[in-house]
Amino acid sequence: MIAKPHFAFFDEGSKKEIRRATLKAVAIPGYQVPFASREMPIARGWGTGGLQLTLSLIGRNDVLKVIDQGADESVNAVSIKKLVQHTTGVSVTEKTQEADIIQSRHRIPEKALKEDQILVLQVPNPEPLRKVDAREYMTKRMHAEDDYSGAWLLLFEQIMKFGRMSTGASHPVYVNGRYVMTPSPIPRFDNPKMHQSKGLILLGAGREKKIFAVPPYTSVESLAFDDYPFTVESFEGKACKLCGSTDVFLDEIIDPDTGERTHQCNDTSYCMEQLNSEEKVEVENSYV
Amino acid sequence: MYEKPILQVKHLQKQFGEGCPHCFDKESVYLEKNYCTVCGTVHAVRDVSFDLYPGEVLGIVGESGSGKSTMLQGLYFDSSMTSGAVYINQSELTGQNVLSLSSQQKRYIRNYIYGMVYQNPVDGLKMKFSSIGNIAEKMIAAGNRNVSNIEKRSKELLENVHIPLRRMKEEPQYFSGGMQQRVQIAKALSNNPPILFLDEVTTGLDLSVQASVLDLIKQIQRELHISMVVVSHDLAVIRMLADRSIVMLNGEVIENGLTDQILEDPQHEYTQQLVYSLL
Repeated sequence: MIAKPHFAFFDEGSKKEIRRATLKAVAIPGYQVPFASREMPIARGWGTGGLQLTLSLIGRNDVLKVIDQGADESVNAVSIKKLVQHTTGVSVTEKTQEADIIQSRHRIPEKALKEDQILVLQVPNPEPLRKVDAREYMTKRMHAEDDYSGAWLLLFEQIMKFGRMSTGASHPVYVNGRYVMTPSPIPRFDNPKMHQSKGLILLGAGREKKIFAVPPYTSVESLAFDDYPFTVESFEGKACKLCGSTDVFLDEIIDPDTGERTHQCNDTSYCMEQLNSEEKVEVENSYV
Repeated sequence: MYEKPILQVKHLQKQFGEGCPHCFDKESVYLEKNYCTVCGTVHAVRDVSFDLYPGEVLGIVGESGSGKSTMLQGLYFDSSMTSGAVYINQSELTGQNVLSLSSQQKRYIRNYIYGMVYQNPVDGLKMKFSSIGNIAEKMIAAGNRNVSNIEKRSKELLENVHIPLRRMKEEPQYFSGGMQQRVQIAKALSNNPPILFLDEVTTGLDLSVQASVLDLIKQIQRELHISMVVVSHDLAVIRMLADRSIVMLNGEVIENGLTDQILEDPQHEYTQQLVYSLL
């Protein structure tokens, strides 16, 4: 006999417990709330933190969007979507503005969040001070005492070594002027999107058993020095070869045969939407 | 002679264990040195009091296990003391026992008022961060957020302690012991602290390096007028650096006075033995 899965995979007790941790995380912006990370049908480190948040929040009428590094169709995104759909029967979408819950790995969608949307980010390493001290009880103490000289020191070291802050992703941020938080490995390009975001942003680390949050309209400031200000990745003079967008995060694609470099939107659904609207305009024009 | 002490230490006490009626008295027959044979308590620091005046170097001598380092760690808030009081004569801290402050306030004192050079550079430095980063850490902790400013000051300090600037981006783990010690000194000095603690700074260094480290400390004291507490079991170091000295044995102060006087005319039996064993 095959038992019918419980709605949203978890038993109600587990969901309640995860929601409880989530509420605490929302109440203390940027603070890492420990929670009892559940055993999941996917391996830890493959988005179990985000998945647990999504499953604890999702209702029958919600619409879900899952992206992995900006793509809706990558393996990880598809299998997470399948699991949630299988256990809840909710509908999924690729359009950012239609989703109620957006689970994402390593990107914040190009379209700004709306007030009734929740962004769930998957986090591999929730502790921004881990490189400063390997011991959890020490980093917890640093957070408690607002002692973030270590986080600044890491950036200072990069400036000394490379002449600039060289964080490729997860550039640390100050949340609500109190806790230093890792924004999950999103590119620096996405850091400013967290600042005063209209939608709720939840971050879940399944392997490290932590949940943290950026509530709507919260100040999120990227760490920087007076004379070395925070900058995002620059795509000056480059545009998406498919849709022509310029003010988005672009992937560089190198043709292995010719060595030719082209650029393309990292957010696939955004790119698709731009193309569709262009096409619509073309069709309308040619019809008249 | 009406100078006010910058640091006052009063009845400092540190014991490991509960203590019992048998070891409450310092002269108790149940005490084996500072270890109570009845309850197993170790009295690491017993009723230590002293004053440190501005610009003065105070030496603390004693055999190993006499409580010198434990006391210094207590003053620097690395470990908590059982009882006692420490007062710092700085406008914002007057009249407050700094041992009873919150950990944030203690961190403020460590970052702004104290400097510490540990016996073992591993305790004072982050071995996997660059030397300049190690010095910067203290300035960042004190709220400095200007890279060029921090860099300039760090370079000055590294030059002061004779570390070639071409090696400033290297990690102290690749330095010799003497160089590590000098990086520690530079770090401790980065915020111009009025009070500096030195814990066995020259122990384990070869003689020529010892001499240059001592020279450096002497020079810093002369030029920057920093008050220092120098802990050492090496009488030669104490003789060279300290104006006044304290001799500790089994956690207690057994003698204190001018360094010269203690070395020339020791009063306590242990001090006599100590001085005469000097080769």
